[in-house]
Amino acid sequence: MNNSRNIIIGIAVLVILFSYPFWGSFGKSAAAPDISFNTPEIQSLAEAQCIEDAEFMRGNHMQLLSDWKVSVVREGNRVYVSEANGEEYNMSLQNTCLECHSNKDQFCDACHDFADVDPTCWTCHVE
Amino acid sequence: MLNKGGEVMDINRRKFIKFGGACALGLGVMPLVNVVASNNPKFLPSSKALAGNKWGMAIDMSKCDYCNDCIDACHLAHNVPSIGNTKEEVKWLWTEPHENALPYQSHDYVDESTKNRDVLVLCNHCENPSCVRVCPTQATFKRKDGVVMMDYHRCIGCRYCMAACPYGARSFNFSDPRPHIEEVNKEFPTRTKGVVEKCNLCDERLSVGLPPACVEACPNGVFTFGDLDDPNSDVRKLLASSYNIQRKISYGTKPKIYYIV
Repeated sequence: MNNSRNIIIGIAVLVILFSYPFWGSFGKSAAAPDISFNTPEIQSLAEAQCIEDAEFMRGNHMQLLSDWKVSVVREGNRVYVSEANGEEYNMSLQNTCLECHSNKDQFCDACHDFADVDPTCWTCHVE
Repeated sequence: MLNKGGEVMDINRRKFIKFGGACALGLGVMPLVNVVASNNPKFLPSSKALAGNKWGMAIDMSKCDYCNDCIDACHLAHNVPSIGNTKEEVKWLWTEPHENALPYQSHDYVDESTKNRDVLVLCNHCENPSCVRVCPTQATFKRKDGVVMMDYHRCIGCRYCMAACPYGARSFNFSDPRPHIEEVNKEFPTRTKGVVEKCNLCDERLSVGLPPACVEACPNGVFTFGDLDDPNSDVRKLLASSYNIQRKISYGTKPKIYYIV
């Protein structure tokens, strides 16, 4: 085989480059964000109760917001009935969610940065 | 397929097809079961929402003194930017010269007061909207109450709707509109670069029991808003009692904004 030395070196360099993200971060863990939910708005509530329980919101908030959007824009519904407590809430990201969770940098950005997701909510919705 | 003893079950073609048929029947019945099983709807309209089948509006320009209160109220409520460049301007509610707004009513011998009068124009919320027909993503659609709405999340900025709208009621965001918004209303979103936008007939106000912002802001009663399906509504009474026209009816879009002449 002609030039076998160069070919093998080239392949080795490519393999190292492409696998760098795997072995470069092996064994290291980025510290999970330390999030504070203490906003003045939440503290002034008699009972700190989200529209659904925290576990559900953590896993499903993106689907819930999408369902809200479809229902509000297409069907003209504005009221969400909570499954957790039966209360009625205005379906609005910027007027309901952020009213209590007024610390967007903690409430939204900390986890999104950690998980390296970049939702485009805030190019239109106003903080 | 194995039976309890772990031996291979004897399944012939007849049994297999029966089994398949039963599965298909189950799938067919599932939507019905879902309908019966779903109990409380999770999404409800607000109890304060205005109810209407066919929202429409009459505009009487003879009452207008061009104070711009309606335009200011609309633009403030919906974060409409003032870009200051006619090629990129964003229009929800604006004025056009009479000959542009109502070209078929414009000829050489129109009386001076009409000829020189600017006309307030906005999205006509057509019964047969051409923008909805051409939208490839269903980002724009007609709701069952007649409002032609946009879902900005779905808009891909192809601008077919702008080409299709005979009234020029749609505007494209060539750049981020935020720097051009003087005072941001925190209760309403802005738009983003690359989407088309237009008047939403104040859907967000109708849903909490308020008339559109322009109707409320006008000190002279230029706008009459109501349900065109209700013969006792203010707008129907006004249309029944005064001669009125619409913009560019020959396109067959059936506008729901009427002009009292």
